Amino acid sequence: MKKSGAQIVLQSLQIEGVKAVFGYPGGAVINLYDEMPHHQFTHYLVRHEQAAVHAADGYARATGEVGVALVTSGPGATNTVTGLATAYMDSIPLVVFTGQVPTGLIGNDAFQEADIVGITRQCTKHNFLVKDVCDLARIIKEAFHIARTGRPGPVLVDLPKDVLVATTTFEYPETVQLRGYNPTYEGHPGQIRRAVKILLKAKRPLFYVGGGAILDDAAAPLTALATRLRVPVTTTLMGLGAFPEDDDLSLGMLGMHGTYRANMAVTESDVMVAIGARFDDRVTGRIDEFAPGAKIIHIDIDPTSISKNVKVDIPIVGGVRDTLEKILVQVEELSDEAAEFAAGHDDWLARIAKWRELHKLAYIQDDVIKPQYVIERICEMTRGRDPIISTEVGQNQMWAAQFFQFTRPRTWLSSGGLGTMGYGFPAAIGAQVAFPDRLVFDIAGDGSIQMNIQELATAVQYNLPVKVIILNNGYLGMVRQWQELFFRKHYSSTEMAVAPDFVKLAEAYGAIGLRATHPREVVPVLEQVLAADRPVFADFVIAREENVYPMVPAGEPISNMLLV
Amino acid sequence: MRHVIGVLVENEFGVLSRISGLFSGRGFNIESLSVAETDDPRLSHMTIVTRGDDQIIEQITKQLNKLVNVLKVVDFTETDHVSRGMMLVKIAAEGAKRVELLSIVEVFRARVIDLSPRAMIVEVTGTDSKLHAFLETAVSFGIKDISRTGMVAMTRDGAPKARAGAQVRAA
Ligand SMILES: Cc1ncc(C[n+]2csc(CCOP(=O)(O)OP(=O)(O)O)c2C)c(N)n1
Ligand SMILES: [Mg+2]
Repeated sequence: MKKSGAQIVLQSLQIEGVKAVFGYPGGAVINLYDEMPHHQFTHYLVRHEQAAVHAADGYARATGEVGVALVTSGPGATNTVTGLATAYMDSIPLVVFTGQVPTGLIGNDAFQEADIVGITRQCTKHNFLVKDVCDLARIIKEAFHIARTGRPGPVLVDLPKDVLVATTTFEYPETVQLRGYNPTYEGHPGQIRRAVKILLKAKRPLFYVGGGAILDDAAAPLTALATRLRVPVTTTLMGLGAFPEDDDLSLGMLGMHGTYRANMAVTESDVMVAIGARFDDRVTGRIDEFAPGAKIIHIDIDPTSISKNVKVDIPIVGGVRDTLEKILVQVEELSDEAAEFAAGHDDWLARIAKWRELHKLAYIQDDVIKPQYVIERICEMTRGRDPIISTEVGQNQMWAAQFFQFTRPRTWLSSGGLGTMGYGFPAAIGAQVAFPDRLVFDIAGDGSIQMNIQELATAVQYNLPVKVIILNNGYLGMVRQWQELFFRKHYSSTEMAVAPDFVKLAEAYGAIGLRATHPREVVPVLEQVLAADRPVFADFVIAREENVYPMVPAGEPISNMLLV
Repeated sequence: MRHVIGVLVENEFGVLSRISGLFSGRGFNIESLSVAETDDPRLSHMTIVTRGDDQIIEQITKQLNKLVNVLKVVDFTETDHVSRGMMLVKIAAEGAKRVELLSIVEVFRARVIDLSPRAMIVEVTGTDSKLHAFLETAVSFGIKDISRTGMVAMTRDGAPKARAGAQVRAA
């Protein structure tokens, strides 16, 4: 029996095991929406297409599955660009379907036409314009395959209206054939052997772990290896959760707002293993003084990440999990050497312990609420309950990264590469869709939350009890901090002179609004937040000019930290 | 250093723009680029002439390999290869100047393919430096127009194989 393009798209999604689609309808995809009730996934109607992509992204980060969004042509499609770029920078697997004007009108400046394939070429892993309904099933299969394999990323599929209407026999391909696409999963055995040899000779070893360890579900072998060899671990913003931060070997996050001990350990290490990390400038600071004395072993599935920013001594192109497992096997084989190595750097660990004592992450809680205090209380009050924390961007994001103790992968959702304000709330919605019974927080700033605040309606409509913690300083705080430190306190356009009453606003949408203005109200308000079975906005009025420390001024070596 | 890079791509909608977008987006330079279908109409071959230090060239070849539609990347520069470009030059040539110009054309083994009372169109084929040398010589006559192809390249038969752009396929 023949099927329409619209039916083919929806059935393909079903075959791919998609359970949630985040979308927004319009003329170009109306046929798809018409067929939708006959299929077995839930469609979540967002209030802005950017949020559809972020929600799919949050869903993907929390689950490890491909997130799916669906929007109409023209403005619907262009509204996805920020979401795609966000997912692309952080290597998040998504398939985004956009409507398109009929093939015969493409190029004619037709109503609601946008060349979305052209526009998104540089912010997707790959994209497709489907020109013939006969190619549709194959392209969807390829899109999912490309999104989730290798270094994951977003893939866009543009669907002209006539292709959705045209019919053909439907057969979903079992396999993909892409001649130009063969990710390398297995690291070169010789390189792995060399890496182990160098590592086991180190006196000041360090693991520097990025988002690749989360994406490839490598937390288990990473933890096993670090513990077995007693190698300290620092993670990037994207790597939070890959290694338990309550372990003594954890140094916390490194980089611009990293811990003193992490940045010092990097600077003094003699062998650094970079694991699924890409030497981003926010991590390395001044590049020629990053790990200046270290031999660098770099494990990454993407060959372009290797020797892009720093010269690497031992590159290993391969999957992070597979490579770490293979290293573990070799370590077992070399058990004498490994034992000797593990016992041989006590002084290094002692040195790190001293750094830890010297400069802890710290703040002073006086009679105004400190944002760090709020995060610490949330961490404490949710311990053992496996909460998911998403964030917006700015100081709120950094405080969450610093003061929440992450112990499990896929519990931290934050826009690292692009730094997208407005990401956190829809991402939290996506995560809550995936895990209706878990606690999902969005740690927000008063500026960022207003960038996708309309999603309150989505959260209320689908009964998603997302907990939005607004760290309200009345400023675009991170920019204000730079202005304070580097621009003579010239607070140009960073004060939010007018802001909504977030409590009333939440209530207007049918959500719960709460507020704390004094430190003693923090815990009681958080208790109400935890008890809520509906979406909550909790407005914490915090110290207005609190800064994020430590801070490495942009372009300086990461050992040059401004401390509290 | 100047590198001549060969890229075999799927002959699909938008591939050229993917490649040029990669170069512009990442700040790599393109000195010349030529594209045409191969004997298999589903594939096209591109020759890109670019410049950069080793690290940049390594990034260029890796990034090219990473594109889904790219099947093969070869950096000709490190192997024994031949490369040619072609150009048409319209040169002012009247009276006695003509004879002089014709002898230059001969030296460069170029060809006159059109003649009018005031000008000649000359076809020159050769390496980049030969084309360059021809222009330098012809400039004193007065060059009225130039149209130039990108370079194309090929490894010599029996030469050690060109190094594949990156040993590993992209993620
Ligand atoms: C979409 C977007 N626009 C601008 C920026 C630049 N920016 C980075 S942090 C920041 C301030 C964020 O303010 P707020 O959400 O209140 O967070 P705070 O730093 O005060 O915690 C800005 C404007 C950005 N990251 N994203
Ligand atoms: Mg703020």
